[in-house]
Amino acid sequence: MAEFFDMGGYAAYIWPAYGIAAGVIACLFIWSWRGLKKAEQAEAALGKRPRRRSARVERA
Amino acid sequence: MHRFANPARFLRLSRAIQPWILAVTVPCLLAGLYLGLVESPIDYQQKDTVRIMYVHVPAAWMAMFGYSSLAIASAIGLIWKHPLADLAGKAAAPIGAGFTIIALATGSLWGKPTWGTWWVWDARLTSVVVLLFLYLGYMALWNAFEQPQRAARAASILALVGIVNLPIIKFSVDWWNTLHQPASISRIGTPAIDPAMLRPLLLMGVAYLGLFLLLLLLRMRVELAERRVMALQLARSRDGEPS
Amino acid sequence: MNGFWAILGRDLALARAESGGALLAVQFFALGILLFPLGLGPEPGMLSRLGGGLLAVMALLATLLALDRLFQQDHEDGTLDLLLTSPAPLWSIVLGKAVAHWLITGAPMLLAAPLLGVLLQMSWPAIGGLVVALALGTPTLSLVGAVGAALTIGTRRGGVLLALLVLPLYIPVLIFMSGTVTAAETGLAFGGHVSILGAIMLLSLVLTPWAAAVALRQVGD
Repeated sequence: MAEFFDMGGYAAYIWPAYGIAAGVIACLFIWSWRGLKKAEQAEAALGKRPRRRSARVERA
Repeated sequence: MHRFANPARFLRLSRAIQPWILAVTVPCLLAGLYLGLVESPIDYQQKDTVRIMYVHVPAAWMAMFGYSSLAIASAIGLIWKHPLADLAGKAAAPIGAGFTIIALATGSLWGKPTWGTWWVWDARLTSVVVLLFLYLGYMALWNAFEQPQRAARAASILALVGIVNLPIIKFSVDWWNTLHQPASISRIGTPAIDPAMLRPLLLMGVAYLGLFLLLLLLRMRVELAERRVMALQLARSRDGEPS
Repeated sequence: MNGFWAILGRDLALARAESGGALLAVQFFALGILLFPLGLGPEPGMLSRLGGGLLAVMALLATLLALDRLFQQDHEDGTLDLLLTSPAPLWSIVLGKAVAHWLITGAPMLLAAPLLGVLLQMSWPAIGGLVVALALGTPTLSLVGAVGAALTIGTRRGGVLLALLVLPLYIPVLIFMSGTVTAAETGLAFGGHVSILGAIMLLSLVLTPWAAAVALRQVGD
């Protein structure tokens, strides 16, 4: 197992590379997910006192 | 109202295909990682560092794929004035930029042990840096306008100008590289790739594509939700009610 | 073509009325070049080797200076709305603007470049190559810049944004301009580089007025 993590002595390059790839993709997912939640919350707050016109827009 | 009919259908469609993309992406990703990190043979010259290829090369593919899809979305948005296409372009840009950053960072980490330096002014690296700046410019232009319609038009035109320029930039950088670069640093040969290496590479390629598409669908939902919030705010202020 | 000549004459007259303002770009070009010996040290061999590249890079940066006002001023005082409704084809107006911009920034740089080349102790063949390269390269910079200027009309911080958008598109011109100088300096044939610079210029002459016109029309919507 230790041998696997050592990567033939190149662990210092290989694991950061995989880490960066995973990190950037994870950040994109988290950032987008947060943006979606935030927008949906704002939408819900605005829709609480629905008037006819806004209700129609909201359904779409 | 027909403008809003489209997003509704898109949201239904996106919810329907998301599980299918996920069902392809996750096994490909796991198999690609296992084959890439454990099963695949080491390169006789690059030793274990060749394993960086499996996260690096597909990222470069996605960087290019991202910009071409951005340009196609821009063309559709400009010609047919399709609002969803504009949003698709806006949604694709940060994802493409993210994959470009992955390609640059992993390439640098691959370069240090194989070339002995973090960075060489290699033609490919240089064009990828330029590509990153094209993404950043596109995103900056989107954010520079008050009205989303104008931002969409301007950003689409920029994306099309960029895609026309990309081959010229690539050509000039290749030419510049052969002029200035001592040939010895170019990547150690490009022999026909071992099938045992090709398999994880392709699996990771499919997985990256799946991740790209999942992110694209998610970001388009974000953009649509933000658009709806804006429409609601507008409707409220028009009704003379404090929002 | 009436639109072209009218706009060209108008922009040149405006630049002349501003008197000193019109030559700011070439002053920036010269001042920038004078900073390099101060930053890098006065070693003659190094300066003459770097000279072509430095002058080419400074030409790119100096071109940017006047670009953000290319359409912005007309947009602010309402001239642009009149131009958009005028019967003259929009591309001819853009072309007139770009040519006027080149005459105000590119042409003076072309005249100043040999002098600056001498100050950097560049060889005569290199200076000759530089003049040819700038003559063919700087019009492209003005033309491509016009598209960027049209896209950034009415944006906040237009100038910085414009630089971010346009500089990546300038890379091919930079590469072939400095390539021409290097080839001329080492006595190699530089016809190939010159023809590529010419081809890029012709291509942008055809495509950019049209692209900028599409961008301008968005402002009116």
